[in-house]
Amino acid sequence: MFSLSRKDLAALAVFAVVVLTMPLWLSPLGAAYPGLMQKFAIYAIFAIGFNILFGLTGYLSFGHAAFIGVGSYTTVWSFKLLTMDIVPAMIFAVITTGVFALVIGYFSLRRTGIYFSILTLAFAQMCYSLAYSVLTPITNGETGLLLARDDPRYLDAMFGAQANIAGLPQPTFLGSSVTGYTGFYLCAAILIVAFYVSQKIFASPFGMALRGIKSNQTRMNYTGFNTKPYMLAAFVISGMFAGLAGALLSITDPLAGAERMKWTESGNVVLMTILGGVGTLFGPVIGAWLIKYFENIFSAINTNMLNNFFSFLPDGLQNVVVTVLSKFVGEGWHLTLGLMFVLIVVFLPGGLVEGFHRLMARLKRRRGTPGGVTSVQPAE
Amino acid sequence: MNVFLAQLLNGLDKGGAYALIALGLTLVFGTLGVVNFAHGALFMLGCFCAVTFRYLITLETVTVDPEKLSPWGAPVEVRTPLVQNWFGDFGAVLVDYSVPISILLAIPVMLIIGIAMERGIIKHFYKRSHAEQILVTFGLAIVLQEIVKSFFGANPVPQPIPTDLRGAADIGVWFGMAPHVLTYPWWRLLYLLFSAVVIGGVFAFLQFTTFGMVVRAGMADRETVGLMGIDIDRRFTIVFGLAAVVAGVAGVMYTPLLAPNYHLGMDFLVLSFVVVVVGGMGSLPGAVAAGFLLGILQSFASMTEVKSLIPGIDQVIIYLVAVVILLVRPRGLMGRRGIMES
Amino acid sequence: MAIFKPNRRSLLKGAGAGIAALGTPYIFTKGAWAQDFCNDPTNGKIVLGFNVPQTGSYAEEGLEQLKGYELAVKHINGEGDGGLLKTLKPVALKGNGVLGRKVEYVTGDTQTNTDAARDGARRMIERDKAIMVTGSVTSGEAIAQQSLCQEMGVIYMSGLTHSNDTTGKDKRRYGFRHFFNAYQSGVAIAPFLAKEYGTDRRAYHLTADYTWGWTQEESIKNATEALGWETVATVRTPLGLGDYSQYLTPVLNSGADVLILNHYGHDMVNSLPQAVQFGLRERQANGKNFEIVVPMFSELMAVGAGEAVKGIIGTSNWQWSLDDEGTKAFTKSYGEAYGEPPSQSAHTGYVQTILYADAVERAGTFYPPEVIKALEGFEFDGMGNGHTVYRDSDHQCFKEVLVVRGNENPSSRFDVLNVIGKTTREDVTYEASIFGGELGPYEPNKC
Repeated sequence: MFSLSRKDLAALAVFAVVVLTMPLWLSPLGAAYPGLMQKFAIYAIFAIGFNILFGLTGYLSFGHAAFIGVGSYTTVWSFKLLTMDIVPAMIFAVITTGVFALVIGYFSLRRTGIYFSILTLAFAQMCYSLAYSVLTPITNGETGLLLARDDPRYLDAMFGAQANIAGLPQPTFLGSSVTGYTGFYLCAAILIVAFYVSQKIFASPFGMALRGIKSNQTRMNYTGFNTKPYMLAAFVISGMFAGLAGALLSITDPLAGAERMKWTESGNVVLMTILGGVGTLFGPVIGAWLIKYFENIFSAINTNMLNNFFSFLPDGLQNVVVTVLSKFVGEGWHLTLGLMFVLIVVFLPGGLVEGFHRLMARLKRRRGTPGGVTSVQPAE
Repeated sequence: MNVFLAQLLNGLDKGGAYALIALGLTLVFGTLGVVNFAHGALFMLGCFCAVTFRYLITLETVTVDPEKLSPWGAPVEVRTPLVQNWFGDFGAVLVDYSVPISILLAIPVMLIIGIAMERGIIKHFYKRSHAEQILVTFGLAIVLQEIVKSFFGANPVPQPIPTDLRGAADIGVWFGMAPHVLTYPWWRLLYLLFSAVVIGGVFAFLQFTTFGMVVRAGMADRETVGLMGIDIDRRFTIVFGLAAVVAGVAGVMYTPLLAPNYHLGMDFLVLSFVVVVVGGMGSLPGAVAAGFLLGILQSFASMTEVKSLIPGIDQVIIYLVAVVILLVRPRGLMGRRGIMES
Repeated sequence: MAIFKPNRRSLLKGAGAGIAALGTPYIFTKGAWAQDFCNDPTNGKIVLGFNVPQTGSYAEEGLEQLKGYELAVKHINGEGDGGLLKTLKPVALKGNGVLGRKVEYVTGDTQTNTDAARDGARRMIERDKAIMVTGSVTSGEAIAQQSLCQEMGVIYMSGLTHSNDTTGKDKRRYGFRHFFNAYQSGVAIAPFLAKEYGTDRRAYHLTADYTWGWTQEESIKNATEALGWETVATVRTPLGLGDYSQYLTPVLNSGADVLILNHYGHDMVNSLPQAVQFGLRERQANGKNFEIVVPMFSELMAVGAGEAVKGIIGTSNWQWSLDDEGTKAFTKSYGEAYGEPPSQSAHTGYVQTILYADAVERAGTFYPPEVIKALEGFEFDGMGNGHTVYRDSDHQCFKEVLVVRGNENPSSRFDVLNVIGKTTREDVTYEASIFGGELGPYEPNKC
C-alpha cells in the first residue's frame, strides 16, 4: 500500500533532501529565515493539492483560495475554543474544508471548462466578500481573527493546561512550541508527506481514471464509467490540501484574514502551477517557490542595497546600473514578475519542468548520435 | 415608485458599462478562443489615453522665479498653458472637452496596441493551452500596469466632465413628475447612450459587412474558411484590434465617473469575465444581456429594503446571480455548444 | 546557522528572576537583560524596518511614507539639515545616530494585504535583524503587524491607521500610534459642523462595510447626534465598489440634508465626485443647502477626488501649511529633499521614527521594555502637532486634531486643503477604558 515505483522513490528521496536542506541552499539567496521557509513549504502544499485537480483532470478551479481561508479560520477558532495543540486544529481544518469542497464541488462540477472556473470563482468571491463584511462576528473582518488571552480554550482548561504566562499562548505540538525553525521543520515534514500522497495518487488507478477524464470525458462516460464521483473526490482531496495549507498558515502565525480568500490568491496558485508545469510532480512546488521568492525578496531590495552591491563600479556607471535596476526591484518587483511570466511561457512551453526536460532532451540529442532521440513531444 | 425608477436607471447605466467592458472580451475570448487576462489592462490603457490627452493639452511653460520661494523651500514656478497661448478661447474649449475628444486619440492608439499585441504575442498562443494563455496575458497585464505606474504614479488621476455636461437632468419633469423628484447626471445618461451606440455599431459591423460575415464564419468553423482560401488570420488580427478599441473607448468615457489609477484593470478583469461567461461563450448578444441583467439586479439588491431582508446581499449579488444562471442554464444565457467547455 | 535554537530566554528568565530576588541593583539587571532580547543590536548593526505598500491601490501613500522614513534616518544620523531634531522638545538625540551609532534600514512591500505585511515584518525581524518595525496605510495592516511584533518582542510604530481598534480593542504593549483615530475625528469635527451647518440637520451615512467604516460611522453618529442632528439612515457599501450610483439615488429624496461619507482612500475618491455629479450640492432639502461631509481625508485623496473636494469639510492629522516651528522645519527639509511638500503620511512616518530613536536615546538601551517605558507617557512638543502626549494606558498619541476644508482656489497641486480650525488636545482626549482591550506584558514571548 505504501510502496512506490523505484523512479518515484528516488524522486521522493531527492525531494525530501531538497526540502530539508532548505536552510542551507536558501542561505546564499537571502531567503533562509523561518518566516519565508515556512511559506515555501505551505504554498508548495497548496500548489501540490491544486495540481491534483488541475493537472490530472484539467478542471481549472479559480476559487481555491476559499479553502485556504476556511482552513485558517477553523484553525484559529480551534485555538480559541478548544486547545492550543495543533493536532485537533489541523484535523478540524481539513474536515471543514472537505465539507466546504464537497458542497462547492457538487454544484460546480455540474459544468465543465470555463463555466466550471467561473462557478468556483463566484463561490470563492462570495466567501471573501461575506467574510470581510457581514460575517465579521466570525471572521473579525478587515483586522483578521486574532488570539486573545482570555479565550475560553475549553479543552486546555479541562486538563488544566492553561499556562499562566503573561502574554498570548502559542500553538504547541504535544506540548512543545512550533515557532521559528521548529515550525519550518513541521511544515517541511507535512510537505514531504503531501508530495508522497500526490505521487501515490498520480500512480494509482484513481489517478489514471482522472487522466482519462482529462483526455476525453465523453468517451469515459460512453464506456460505462461514471466520472462524477471521481471528479468530486479529486476536487475534495484538492480542497483538503488547501485547507491543510491554510491550517499551517495559522499555526505558524496565528491569524486568519479574509484577504487570503480573494480571487488574486486563487489566481496566484493557478500561476504557480502553470509556471512550474501543470501535471508534473515537481512543477507546482517550483512555481510556488519562485513566486513567493519574488514577492518576499525582490520587493525588499531598495536603492541603498543596490548602491552597496555595485559600489565596486566607477561612480557614473554605478549610478546608471542602479537607476536601471531599481525599476525592477522594490516597488517595481511586479514588473520583473510579469516579464518573467511572459518570458517563461514564450521560451519554455509547458512550464519550467517541461522546459527543463526539453532542454535535457536536446542536450542528449546533441551529445548522442544524430537520429537517436529525434522527436520532442509537444506540450499536451 | 421614483426610487424604483431611479434604481432602474442606475441598473441600465451600470449594465451599459458592464456590457461595453465585456464586449471587447467576448470578441477575443468567445470568438478567437483566447483567455485574455490582459483585457482589464486594455480598459485601463483606454482610461490613461484620456489622462495623457489631458496632460498634453494642459502642458504649460514653466518659468522658475528664483527670487521667491514656496513654503516648502523650492523656487516658485510660474505656469502658462500652451494651448491657451496658441488657440485662445478654442484652447479653453479643448481643455474643457478633453475627455470626449480624447476618444479620437484612443481609437488609433488602442488599435495599434491591440494589433501589436496580437501580432507580437497572442498569435503564437492560439494553439497553446488555455493555461499558457492565462500566464502570458497575465504577465503582459502586469507589465502594462507597471509601465503606466512609472509614468503616472499610483494615485488616481481625476478627469473632469465638460462644464456643459455637468449637473443632473431632471428626468422626472419629462414624464410629468414634480421637479427634483427624479434627477440623473447628464454624463451617466450620455454614457448609456454611448454604450448603446458602440454596441450597436459592433453588431452592425459583424452582421452587415462582408468582413463581419467572414469573421462569423471563421468563428463557426475556422478550418473550412481557411480552406476556402480566405486569410482568416489577418481578420482575426483586426478583430483583436477592434476589441482593444472597444475596451479603450469604454475606458475613456468612464474616467469622469471613476478616477483611473494604474491598478484599475485588475478590478474590472473578474467582472468582465463573469459577464461574458454568464452571457454564454461565443455569444455577443448574450454578453450584452448579461451585462444589463447583472447591472440591474445589482442596483436593486443595494436597496435598503432588500438589504434588510437579506443582509450582505449587495456584496455578493453578482456572483450569486452568476451561480444561479450557470446552474440553471448549462451554457449561460445564450452560449453555444462546444466553446470552452473542455 | 542556528537550526536548533535552544530557548535561551527561558534559561535566563529563571536566572534573572533569581538575581532580581536577591535585590541586585537596577543597573545590573538592566545590563543582564541587555544581553537577551530579540535582535539586540549591541554587537551588530542598528536596523529599522520600513514596511509600507509599494504596489497595489495604496502604493502612493506608502511610497510617501517611505520618503518620510528615509528622511528621518538621515536626520538621526546627522545628515541633512537635522529637520525636527532642532524643534523637538525635549530632545535626547544628538544627530550622531542612536546611542552614538549610525542607523540603517530595510524596506518591504505590504501590498496593502495583512498577510504580505506580516511576511514582510517577519523577514525584517528574522533575516534583517530589525530592532523596530514601522509603517502601514490601513488599520488591517497596522493591527496585523502590531500583534506579530508583540509576539516577536520587537517594537512596532504604526503609520497611517485611523480605526479605533488599533489602540482600542486590539492594542498591544509593543505597538504605538501617532496618527489620530475615528473617535477623535468625530469629536473634532462636530463643533465645526455645528458652526457651519447648524444644529438642526438630518444626516444620511454611507459607510464602507468593514471594521474601520463601522467604527467611524459610530463615532461620527454619536458626535453629531450630541449636537442635535438626526440620523436618517446608515447604509453600508461594499469595499472597493467603484460605482456608487445605486447608493446615491436613495439619498436624493430621503429627507436628509447632509450626506456623510465614511469612506477612505479609493472609496472616497470615487464616491465623493459621484455624489457631486448627482447634483447633491446644488440641492435644497428641508429649506437648507444640501451638504456633504467626509469626516477623514488626506491630501492624496483630495488630489484624487479633483474638483469635487472643494469646500468639503473633514479632519486631518497634520498639514504642511501649518505655521508652527516644527511644521515649517519639516516642510522645508522634506521639500529640499524631494521637491514637493510632505503629506500627512510622510509626516506620521517621520515623526514615529524620530520618537522611537529618541526614546532609545533616553532609555540608554535598545531593550524593548525600557524603550516602551520611555515612550509611555512621554510628553513632547515641536513635531508639528503642538503639545503631544503618548498615553501610557493605550499607546495613543493625544494632540490637536485639524479640521480642514477642500481649497476653493488652489494655488498649486499641493495646495488642496485649507486648515479651518483645530480642536484642542483636551477636547479629543477620552477614557482609554471605553474601547476595552489589553496591552499585554512588557516581557516579550520569544524572538
